[in-house]
Amino acid sequence: MMGNTHKTLPQILLHNAQKYGKDKLAIREKDLGIWQSYSWHDYYENTKKFALGLSSLGFRRGDRLSVIGDNRPQLYWAQMAALCLGGIPVPLYQDAIEKEVEYIIEHSEAKFVVAEDQEQVDKMLALKKKIPSMEMIIYDDPRGMRHYKQPFIRSFTEVQALGLEFEKDHPDFFEQEVMKGKEDDTALIAYTSGTTGNPKGVVLTHSNLLTNVRLIFKAEEYRDSDQVMAYLPMAWIGDSIYSLAMLLDTGFTINCPEAATTVLRDMREIGPTVIFCPPRIWENILTTIRVKMEDAAWIKQKMFNFFIVVAQRVSTHQLKHQPVPLGLRIPYALGEFFVYGPLRDNLGMRRIRYAYTAGAALGPEVFQFYRSIGVNLKQVYGLTETSAMCTYQPDDEVKLETVGIPLPGIEIKISEGGEVLIKSPGVFQGYYKSPEATSDALKDGWLYTGDAGIIDRDNHLIIIDRAKDVSTLANGTIFAPQFIENKLKFSPYVKEAVTLGQGREYVTAMINIDMESVGNWAERRNVGYTSYTDLSQKPEVYDLISQEVKKVNASLSKEEQLQGAQIKRYLILHKELDPDDAEVTRTRKIRRGFISGKYAELIDALYSEKEGIDVEAKITYEDGRTATIHAFLKIRQAETF
Amino acid sequence: MQENKKHPMLQVEDIHISFGVLKALNGVSLEIRKGEILATIGPNGAGKTTLVNIINGVYRPSRGHIFFEGRDLTTMPPQHIAALGIARTFQNVALFKGMTVLDNIMTGRNLKMRSNFFSQGVYWGLSQKEEIRHREVVEQIIDWLEIEHIRKTPAGMLPYGLQKRVELGRALAAEPKLLLLDEPMAGMNLEEKEDIARFILDANEELGTTIALIEHDMGVVMDISDRVVVLDYGDKIGEGKPEEIRNDEKVIKAYLGTATRR
Repeated sequence: MMGNTHKTLPQILLHNAQKYGKDKLAIREKDLGIWQSYSWHDYYENTKKFALGLSSLGFRRGDRLSVIGDNRPQLYWAQMAALCLGGIPVPLYQDAIEKEVEYIIEHSEAKFVVAEDQEQVDKMLALKKKIPSMEMIIYDDPRGMRHYKQPFIRSFTEVQALGLEFEKDHPDFFEQEVMKGKEDDTALIAYTSGTTGNPKGVVLTHSNLLTNVRLIFKAEEYRDSDQVMAYLPMAWIGDSIYSLAMLLDTGFTINCPEAATTVLRDMREIGPTVIFCPPRIWENILTTIRVKMEDAAWIKQKMFNFFIVVAQRVSTHQLKHQPVPLGLRIPYALGEFFVYGPLRDNLGMRRIRYAYTAGAALGPEVFQFYRSIGVNLKQVYGLTETSAMCTYQPDDEVKLETVGIPLPGIEIKISEGGEVLIKSPGVFQGYYKSPEATSDALKDGWLYTGDAGIIDRDNHLIIIDRAKDVSTLANGTIFAPQFIENKLKFSPYVKEAVTLGQGREYVTAMINIDMESVGNWAERRNVGYTSYTDLSQKPEVYDLISQEVKKVNASLSKEEQLQGAQIKRYLILHKELDPDDAEVTRTRKIRRGFISGKYAELIDALYSEKEGIDVEAKITYEDGRTATIHAFLKIRQAETF
Repeated sequence: MQENKKHPMLQVEDIHISFGVLKALNGVSLEIRKGEILATIGPNGAGKTTLVNIINGVYRPSRGHIFFEGRDLTTMPPQHIAALGIARTFQNVALFKGMTVLDNIMTGRNLKMRSNFFSQGVYWGLSQKEEIRHREVVEQIIDWLEIEHIRKTPAGMLPYGLQKRVELGRALAAEPKLLLLDEPMAGMNLEEKEDIARFILDANEELGTTIALIEHDMGVVMDISDRVVVLDYGDKIGEGKPEEIRNDEKVIKAYLGTATRR
């Protein structure tokens, strides 16, 4: 295993630069159509130059540095440079709108901001006057920056050049600063996109990150030859764990895609060995496979459908730890040759040893699909507050509905109220500048997660829903909205769903169709449409979604406790739920409180006899402009069992 | 209009051309100055595209001359004119539909390639080196136009707006001194128009390319051009800064049929 005992991330960087030097790659970035490679030596040199540049510009121990943009080596070096100087990185979501960015920059008092490009610089410029604590903006991509003459705007390479100058007068400064670092220094303030209220800054130390990462290494076998895609938002804790803590501690290689739109293609070129995707991405990939299969030649369709059924039956046996009958083994071997292997290859998943999903529940059917074609997908559980991962599913103990057992060294228990409590060395120091929120979450050394869960007889944790979201219908039936929504979202045609029912007579749903798959479906059936709103209200589309709702009701009816929570009435929303409209968080979690306020009229109509309702909705564009759209939304009865 | 005549790059002098009885251009003169963005606007059939076709040598005028950096282009064939540094795009996209975006833009480098047909057939050696060098330029353009995700997509499969962008990329690949754009925004929605406008401005400012563009619709063009020339039925009826053109009676009349001012 990784024999590294250094206490801080920068100290590990020095170690890696010596150990691997120019022989091993730390980061690749696809740029200008080619994978540009940076060895550990390059990583170290770039970080050092930038750190010294920051120093000469007045960055001091304890100062905060924010980064905003897509995953770029320069942004990772910037974060690392801040750490080397005893500073604290505060990564931001690249698609965050001004208001959110403003809150975080102001709250964290970030002194320096490193922005990827002109677009992000513009966001920062708009804030410069309002937030005096922000002193300097540094950009990476020079495109379009020719007119920006403000003295507080510098380019990344300019800062590095300053660093080289600075080094002449202070030759050992960098190493000295690195050695000053202690394990209990703050290593990251990760702002969580809470489903309620303002984001909260989770303070994590070097020790939090490194101890937690080393617990993972006790459970799973990571190698310094591993290849990982760095494509998740830099502000998400999962990316900080992989592209910062794990990268350093294992010495493996992270790969930054060319653009957000090319991730899947770039992934195929790299063939990662470990991958972490939120459920949404696993669902999207599966939807894409299905859409493509519907367009494929009939022989391919037949083969795909046949072998996928075989794979599913085999994996059902495996998940139950039953021997696979010979009659299935032979077609499975054929399927591996004709379908599963080529499919994995096409997805860039042929070399994957560990694939993870976390952040929200993944539909068991989606989960089983990947496992059945030979992708070792596992569900894990963790929070920003626990330095990400704190449970895992060992290779031979994968269960569809659980998030696995605690990592060695982590304790998990369920409170009397059904809430999941965690004790772990990875548990955070507190919310930045929010002692009240901290004391609500941390009591007697236990972290109160706010998630409702149960522990099954194999010691596996099962997450049901957010603790505050689980409620009952008027007749007392348990109503776990997310549970039903996840079932709906397994349909390739449903992108998002919101179910309602707390204290009501029955359950209703508001559904977002998936533009790509429903659009494709409509085209093949010659159903014309002009826009998302238009498509969503086609009677044919309602018929399609009816079938999906019916399937969900059928599966709910099988569970004794939940059969009373079947969907009675539903409607299809005229617009996609969007983080810019504050309806979902940046990580696509539904903000129920907000939605029940914003869509109060729709909800009233769902609980009336009406067959539809007129709506007028305000939407927010990325640049902050707003527009209104009008539509008549139909409401339908769903078939129940 | 003569007073600020700085560094004329291209001069069009008294051009006449007719197709049968139709006089497409009737003694038009104008000049394109180094480093500027010049827009030529006019209603349908005003002779705008004919003007571009004359500048890049597709048509020969029956009278008049064209000078580019002092050289007479009037009787030169199009490929020689292109080699002098004049590139163009077409009103109706003219891409190689079966070829990828990358290959399409690569064709823009053709005039810069020195290896011949036979050594390209062998590939290794000179051609390989050349290909790598040209590919770098093409990749810069792909990055610049933000079309990485469609690099390997056949051009014919792309939506119209993106095809237009690829065509712009191909023209830029030739690293022209003068870029002629024939209705680069035709058929686009406002957002696509604004994107293209940004690329045009960037090409002008960052790459230093002189740009002459033709547009049917006055909207965005007025915002990005340094000067505007107005054609109507083969005659030049106006020339000047965008704000002068906007208030020009003759131009308003040409566009609206009759002057509506009282």
